Amino acid sequence: MSVLLIAEHNNSNLKVFTLNAITAASKIDQEINVLVAGNKCANVAKEVATIPLVKKVLCCDSPSYENFLPENLAPLISKLSESHSHIIASANTFGKNFMPRVAALLDVSQISDVIKINSPDEFVRPIYAGNAFATVKSNDKKKCVTIRPTSFDPASTSGGTAELEKIDPIDVPSISKFVKREETKSERPELGTARIVISGGRGMQSGDNFKLINSIADKLNAAVGASRAAVDAGYIGNDHQVGQTGKVVVPDLYIAVGISGAIQHLAGMKESKIIVAINKDGEAPIFSIADYGLEADLFEALPQFLEELNKLNTIQK
Amino acid sequence: MKILVAVKRVIDYNVQIRVKDDGSGVNTDNVKMSTNPPDDNAIEEAVKLKESGKAKEIIAVTIGEDKAQETVRKALAVGVDRGIHVKSDSYIEPLGIAKILKKVVEKEKPDLVFLGKQAIDDDCNQTGQMLAAMLGWPQGTFASKVEHKDKIIEVTREVDEGLETIQINLPAIITCDLRLNEPRFASLPNIMKAKKKPIEQLNAKDFNVDISNRIQQLKVEEPPKRKSGIKVASVAELVSKLKNEAKVI
Repeated sequence: MSVLLIAEHNNSNLKVFTLNAITAASKIDQEINVLVAGNKCANVAKEVATIPLVKKVLCCDSPSYENFLPENLAPLISKLSESHSHIIASANTFGKNFMPRVAALLDVSQISDVIKINSPDEFVRPIYAGNAFATVKSNDKKKCVTIRPTSFDPASTSGGTAELEKIDPIDVPSISKFVKREETKSERPELGTARIVISGGRGMQSGDNFKLINSIADKLNAAVGASRAAVDAGYIGNDHQVGQTGKVVVPDLYIAVGISGAIQHLAGMKESKIIVAINKDGEAPIFSIADYGLEADLFEALPQFLEELNKLNTIQK
Repeated sequence: MKILVAVKRVIDYNVQIRVKDDGSGVNTDNVKMSTNPPDDNAIEEAVKLKESGKAKEIIAVTIGEDKAQETVRKALAVGVDRGIHVKSDSYIEPLGIAKILKKVVEKEKPDLVFLGKQAIDDDCNQTGQMLAAMLGWPQGTFASKVEHKDKIIEVTREVDEGLETIQINLPAIITCDLRLNEPRFASLPNIMKAKKKPIEQLNAKDFNVDISNRIQQLKVEEPPKRKSGIKVASVAELVSKLKNEAKVI
């Protein structure tokens, strides 16, 4: 048995969720080989080689992998899978895009979004937006698995000396072309990895009112999130959306402001360590999962919140 | 251009699901069912392409028990031309669904196949990508914008970092995000007219593909409950609790 793990990167740096996937992989087998496929990505391969849990880094450098088009990646991964029992990637938009393509080429049923590994063939995964957990056993010879990154700790990144191996690219007809990527730029931490997230819902009433949220986010070094209702109402861009159809976040502290707590929102944040709800409707479902609930008008509570934070001598960053 | 749209009948997104006591699954008896939400976006996008003159015919296909036909009927009521119902009374994994859809594609020869990006019941997010791989077609997943340019489709995709734009050759698979469009409601006259539109009846068994399930569901359980929290009386108390009790700020 051995694991082929597909690294996510931007050709110069490794993306952190790869480290969480490596921890998950280590619960399956100690023989972990990581594929770094990209264009001029030698630095990423070197970075991966320092991760102690990694046995070998397979580096496939070619312009055709520069933008990780699944039409090009899947044939390479399925070829490399010949010598591996498990193929693993993160269950984010990176892994979700190519892994089912690999699984189909191998005639394997993929196990998506795994949150717990019981054994090399038994996994726990959320279904119905996290409202139920299914324990499943794969009877396929090879297993294609995507990992929910926030369910596993990141692997340590120093001290390893994994072997580097060059892999030849695979020629495939070009049927897709990358055009552009528009990354959301922000001074604040990224929503998916922030230690604190503060989110606003429909109760914010306007996009302008999000400045109340923003000033607290700045004070706490938090990421700003939103419910789908707030996004649909146009208060804030959809890259801020937390929920089943947005991002799943697991911060140490999640502050939900003017969010009633629709099932689809809860699915994206209910694994957070501490949850705070501020809502003027005392019956709002969000209170049923909040560690600390404050029944109050947010337009009074948020300025007070900022004032109280300003009084503190120190704030953890 | 000819478009195929794949739709799935699932528990309505507003229903709070209940896990069966024996851990064998989720209760679906007497529960409101609907079309999987992003599948509605898939239908809407196809209908818009027809309205703009770029598509000539739209076919909706579903795989499932008899009642799954409701989702095809609903698609017919908003502008889809005809339907296909592939009957199966047991659960088929995305891999098997993709194999059946491949056969449907080979027979109908559409230029584009639209699917929802994910079903909200099993949350697999696989079928579209698998179908694309089996056909050797390109894919545009999690699409929030679709622009048809002659033999090419430009797709804007919702990715973790923001947005990504790609161009894919036709024929192609597109899986739709909820933000792609605003699905329309069917008018009563159109619902009546849809009753006369044809739905071809097929059976999953007759497709001659291996749809055996590879994954055994050992048990389904409720997620661990959070212990119930407390209500605080003031913002000052909240901040004090966060600082001194939870120690998170």
